[in-house]
Formats: sequence, structure tokens, C-alpha cells
Amino acid sequence: MSQPTEKPSNGNPPATWEPRIVAFFCNWCTYTAADLAGVSRMKHAANVRIIRVMCSGRVDPQFVLEAFAKGADGVLIGGCHFGDCHYAEGNYKAARRIRMLRRVLAGMGIEADRFRLEWISASEGEKVKLVINDMAEKVKALGPLGMPGQFKEFDREMEHLEAEAGVKEVAHAG
Amino acid sequence: MPDTTPTNGTPRIGFYVCHCGTNIAGTVDVKGLADYVATLNGVVVSREYKYMCSDPGQELIQQDIREQKLNRIVVASCSPLLHEHTFRHATAQAGLNPFFFQMVNIRENVSWVHTDHAAATEKAKDLARAAIRRVFSHKALEPKKVPINPAVLVVGGGIAGIHAALTLGNAGKHVYLVEREPTIGGHMAMFDKTFPTLDCAACILTPKMSAVKSHPNITLWTYSEVANVDGYVGNYKVKVKRKPRYIKEDLCVGCMECVTACIYKDARFPDEFNVGLSKRKPVYIPFPQATPQVVLFDPETCLQLKKGKCKQTCIEACDRECIDFTQTEEFKDIEVGTIILATGFQPFDPTKTPYYGYGQYPNVYTALEVERLVNASGPTGGEVVLRDGSHPKSVGIIHCVGSRDEKTNRWCSRVCCMYSLKLAHLVKEHTGAEVYNFYIDMRTPGKGYEEFYDKLLKEGVHFIRGRVAEVTDWAMEPQEEGKLVVRVEDTLIGTVRRVPLDMVILSQGLEPRADAQDVRRLFNISCATEGFFLERHPKLAPVNTFTDGVFIAGACQGPRDIPDTVAQAGAAAAEALALIDAGHMELEPNTAFIREEDCSGCKSCVPLCPYKAISFLEDKKKAWINEALCKGCGTCVAACPSGSIVQNLFEDEQIFNEIDGLLSELAQV
Repeated sequence: MSQPTEKPSNGNPPATWEPRIVAFFCNWCTYTAADLAGVSRMKHAANVRIIRVMCSGRVDPQFVLEAFAKGADGVLIGGCHFGDCHYAEGNYKAARRIRMLRRVLAGMGIEADRFRLEWISASEGEKVKLVINDMAEKVKALGPLGMPGQFKEFDREMEHLEAEAGVKEVAHAG
Repeated sequence: MPDTTPTNGTPRIGFYVCHCGTNIAGTVDVKGLADYVATLNGVVVSREYKYMCSDPGQELIQQDIREQKLNRIVVASCSPLLHEHTFRHATAQAGLNPFFFQMVNIRENVSWVHTDHAAATEKAKDLARAAIRRVFSHKALEPKKVPINPAVLVVGGGIAGIHAALTLGNAGKHVYLVEREPTIGGHMAMFDKTFPTLDCAACILTPKMSAVKSHPNITLWTYSEVANVDGYVGNYKVKVKRKPRYIKEDLCVGCMECVTACIYKDARFPDEFNVGLSKRKPVYIPFPQATPQVVLFDPETCLQLKKGKCKQTCIEACDRECIDFTQTEEFKDIEVGTIILATGFQPFDPTKTPYYGYGQYPNVYTALEVERLVNASGPTGGEVVLRDGSHPKSVGIIHCVGSRDEKTNRWCSRVCCMYSLKLAHLVKEHTGAEVYNFYIDMRTPGKGYEEFYDKLLKEGVHFIRGRVAEVTDWAMEPQEEGKLVVRVEDTLIGTVRRVPLDMVILSQGLEPRADAQDVRRLFNISCATEGFFLERHPKLAPVNTFTDGVFIAGACQGPRDIPDTVAQAGAAAAEALALIDAGHMELEPNTAFIREEDCSGCKSCVPLCPYKAISFLEDKKKAWINEALCKGCGTCVAACPSGSIVQNLFEDEQIFNEIDGLLSELAQV
């Protein structure tokens, strides 16, 4: 594996470090565009791993959080342009949800460039290439995110809070 | 028989990597990938094979299912959009529910887009691990079967729509043919002769037009547009807007008495059919063989319709009492199972290339205008005359206007070389003028096409190879006075030439229609980069779209000539027939359902569904999804706060497993 064993989010990653980006692409537009990029042999950065969903509206914010929590350095969502959604309006719902999610991510200290939403139609293979290259470059410049470690911290904090709350509840019941 | 209970017992996974010749194996270390996956939890068999989609490849999977008792199959090969159904079928043939199969795209997403072998192999391993993890939570599913309504909607009444409608009608299926213009016939009806055989376009087209009109299985609605489309394959509900002709269509016999009687004694409005080269009255029939033979009133120019004031001499003239100025738009609701779009092209507008002088110099014509000029029923009765009535002695044809040009359209319009040759022949035949073709390359692939080019060379037509710089009336030599001068670099002799001419014809390219984007949204299909409708696969599904039951034919999919258009229209009709005769179609079982015990009755999901598939059961205080209406986008699933909605094939657990699988190498460290 090219990934380092330890990567504090503000430390200097080894020169060989490559970011890992998880992408959720809708079946009808962006996934098809990625296929088109393939058929057209448009070479691009190898950092993105695509998960196919039927619609960008299917992307649950928890998927994004899960990806960051499990070690993704960036998350990319691709859907149809407004007005082009195969399901009429799933992309609008995705857009609204993602606006809220951005605020949550910012609160967690995740830089804006690590989370990206792009509308890419089935004919825009070139855009798949450009977006992936651009995002890979930006995330690489940001360095490793190192969320799994941080999430362990969050979990410990939660356990602590829960324990405290439990004590209070018991006290109250008493 | 393997266990087919929903979860199918402890996973016994078979993993197969396809070399795809060298398409994958040339970039991804397929052996390394197979060896790696063999070490993963749940994997019983891990193999690599040259072509997994071949019969022996599929047989390999089936044999393993039987002998190794596999209950999950993962194939790493091309895009699921290409071969998912192949492997699902193979899986099902061996007795395993096909939805225990998962595909990993390591060709389009990996080997074709990466050059670094190590990075590509690494990525392929991640994707494979994600799929292995995902199939743990796969379940047996049954595809949903929908019946196919045998009626077909054909949109566009050019040669493509006409041919498709006749093919389907002859097969005994009911066809609704909707055409925007007052007559069917499309662009082909405007052409004079057709290359390379020079048969007259009207002679071969008009019999088909009247066959459409009289066909018992075809409902022809001209001067009509599709206003709305609802539903899904097999069960489309379509609303068609019928624009008012101000004529009772079933009564009018096309006697044209009203046209003669019109208060306007002279025709004074530009005639659309003759591209403005002649005039018509406010009440008219587009051309002699127009189908249907029914007059119409133009609301923009008819005094009664425009100003509400006219002597209405037309009404007096009509003894069948067909005229009805109170007509309004009418909407028809129809139900069809399949739709064929044959909406055609629009010719390039040469005012976008001002250096060729169209609109500036009267004797610069478009090719379509010249088609009308050389036509015996055209504005001049087939005589090629200039706008001042004189006969041209020298004519130049400029190829590739709005084609093969970075500044306008990049594509080759495919038909212009051939129709330019045809026009060269016709103009020479009609006028005896010297004819010059200015071309970039001559492109004449097709049966008898190259031979036609040869014939023109022998007829003494001049060919000058070079892209024309400009058309000007600025004379440098005495012989250029009063002429149009074409400035062009003759690339074969390497000099810039000035060719003085009486008439210039611009061979305009073919473009997507201006409203192609609106139309494709209406029918929920896509356009390719240049704006033509996007086919499902450029080679293997050229008339299919990504929307099941919607097919495309003719120049709406890309520039093409009449034989290719007719072939494609036949193909589209055959695709529709295949669906109709099968009687039903299997849909992806990716619909959503609600786990009632977890639903809190918050109603968040209800307004999210664009198909109104979710309703709220007041008695139970729970939401309920009507599976027949659900199209499987999963938007409600992502929104449900209690996680009570499940999308088959894309369950939360399956996607979480996929995410975890992708990143598990990282989590372990």
C-alpha cells in the first residue's frame, strides 16, 4: 500500500502519498460520462473510486460522513445538470441536502475542497477528467485528512458524555 | 439447488477478473488482483480469464456455482452498463438468483483511463474489495414485469417518421404520428432529386405520404406537438397539443376555393415551403402534394384572426362550411407503450458565417433554396434564375458551410459533399453554366457515391480544393466587375485564387434542431455534446436511448442521408415491435419500500417523490410506497430520518459495505 501508516492531519505526508477520493456518481449522467471518458481513453488521476447510485438524490449525507470516517481524503458527488435529472428532481434534493452537509463538514474541520458536487451530463466525459484531476490536485495539496483517528476521539467523547448523562439520569431517577 | 432464501446463507463468493484481451490485462495486474481477492473473507474461488463475457467465460462461472456451491458472484470487467445483464443471465442460468451478482468496472473506470500500472492495480483491488464486501448484504430479488401497450407514438413526420409509422402500421400496430408542421414530408419533400440515383424526391416520397394518410392503423396529427409525457416503458401517457387550423379537417377536401377567394388578391407573405423564395396567402396549402390535403389559416397574417375584422370572403366561397374561426388549441390524451423520436435536423444558418455574404449579396443562396429553384414545382418552375431574373453563367458551390469548422460546428455533416455534387449536376443541366466546387475533402462513402463523383468529374464540373476565405463583390480586375468573387487558396497548386461568379451556393451543414434540448427533456433522454440525441450505445444500440421504450431515428441522432435514415427508422420500428411482441418488459427491481415497524410517520418522504408514489396511511400513521409508481431513484431513502425506507439493490447496508470495503485497507492501518 502506498498509504502511510500514520498521518496526522497537519503533518507532512510522505512524497509517495496519494489521496483517496470516494465518488458517488448517478447512473444516468455522471456514471455514463465516466464510461465515456473511459471509452474515449481520457487519461486522468487514479485517486477516485466510483460508487454507482441510481440518482444523486440517493446520496445520504451519512454516506459522505462514513467515507470521511473510514479514511477518504475527499468525497465527490456527480449528478445530472438541473433540469436534466432522469428522475425529474433528485438532483435538486441532492443540492439542498449537500448545502446543509457542507456546514456540518465545516464544523468538523473538513476543508471545503475535500467535498465537491459536480453536475456532469452523459456527454461530458471531458468534464469527468477535468474535475477528477483538479480535485485530486487540490486534495493532494491539502494532505491527508486522517479522520479515522479523529473519529475515535469523537467516539471516546460521546462515550464520556453518555456515561455522564447516564449518571445524571440515574441520579434523577433516584 | 442453491439456497435462495433472501440472504442465501453464509457467503461463498466467486470472483472473476476479465483480461478483456489486453484492454484490462495490459494495464491492471490481473493475476495479482485475483490472488489478492482470493485472500479476502468469504471468497471461495478467485480466477482470471481472457474474456469473461465469452461463452467459456460464462460457463466458468456456472460450473463454479454448481460445483463449489457459490452463492455470490463478483466479476471485475467492463462497465455494468455494458455487460451486467450478460453476467446476471449467466448467474441465473446456473440456478442462482441473478441479484447475488455484482460487477466491478475495471475497464472504463480503470485500465482505459490510467497509465500507471501500479496505481491502476491498486485501484482495481479497492474496487474489487468493495464489491466483495457489498455482496455480503445482497438479497434475492424478482424483476418487476410491466406489460407493453401495443400502440406507438412516432414524433416527426419526415421520411424517418413516415417509414417507422408505415412499418409499424403494416405490422398491425396502432401508430400515432405527430408532426409539428401542417404537412408531413419533412426536408425530403423540399428536395428536388436525390443522390446518387437522381430519382425525384417527390416521386419516391409522396406515395409513402399518402399511404400514411390512408393507413387504417395510423392516426395522423399534423400541426400538432407533444405537450407532455408521463409514465414509463410500456405505459406512456402522452398529451398532444393540436394547433388550430381554423378549418374542420374532416370536412375540407382541399379544393382551395377559399384560397382563391381570400381578400388578399395577391400572395404576399413568404412561403415557408419554398424557403421564402415565393409568396403565399394567409390561407394556403403548403405544397401541391401536402398531406393531409387540408388548407390552414396563418393567424399571423389572416386579417380576421389578427384584427378580428375582414369581409370573410373565404367563408362565402366554402360551400362545405369548413371554416371555423372560433377554433382553439385542442389537447388529446393518448396511451402508448413505446415512442420513436424522428424530429430531424435544421440546416445551418449561413448568416453565422458573414464572410460568405449570405443576406448581404442577393446572389448568394443556400443549398436548400437552390433545391427549390431547380424543382419543377418550385418558385421558378424549375428554372435556375438569379434574383434579378437573369441566368447565371458561372456558379460556385462552397462546401462545409457550418461543418468541419472550429468556429461553427466541428462535425462533418456527411451529406453535403454528395448533395453539392447533385446540385452541381442539376445546375449545369438546367443552365449550362460553368460550375465550381470549393471543397476541403471530397467525402463520398456509400453505394454508388464515388461513382457519382466520378461522373461529375467527367461532366466538366470544376473542383478546387481549399476552404473559401470569403465571398466579396469588390472587383480587382475588369472581369470581376459586377460579379461575386470567391477568394480561396487552391491547396493543390498552392496559390490564392479569385474566382468571379454570378451565383454562389452555400452547402449548409446539418444541425440539431434549436429546441432539441426541450424535446429531449420532454422525453427524458440525453443529448450528446453537439446537441444531437444521444444513443444508448454508439455501435450496438444506435436507435435506443437510456430511457427504455424511447427510440430515435434519423437526423435527430446525427447527420445522415436518406438511405441511412430509412434504415434507422426501420431499426427503431423493429425495436418497438420486439417490445410489443414480447408483451412485457422486465424492469430493474430497484424500487423502494418502507419497513413499517421503523417508520415514525414524520411524512418527510411524502413530498419528495416526483412520481407521487408515497402516500400516508392515516389509519396506521405510516408512509406507504406504491411499488408500481416508484421508479427507484432512492431520494426518499436518503431523506428518511429513521432509516425505515429501503431501496432494493441499493440498500443502505450495501452502500455502507461498499464504502467500507473501498477504504478498509486504510482503516486497518
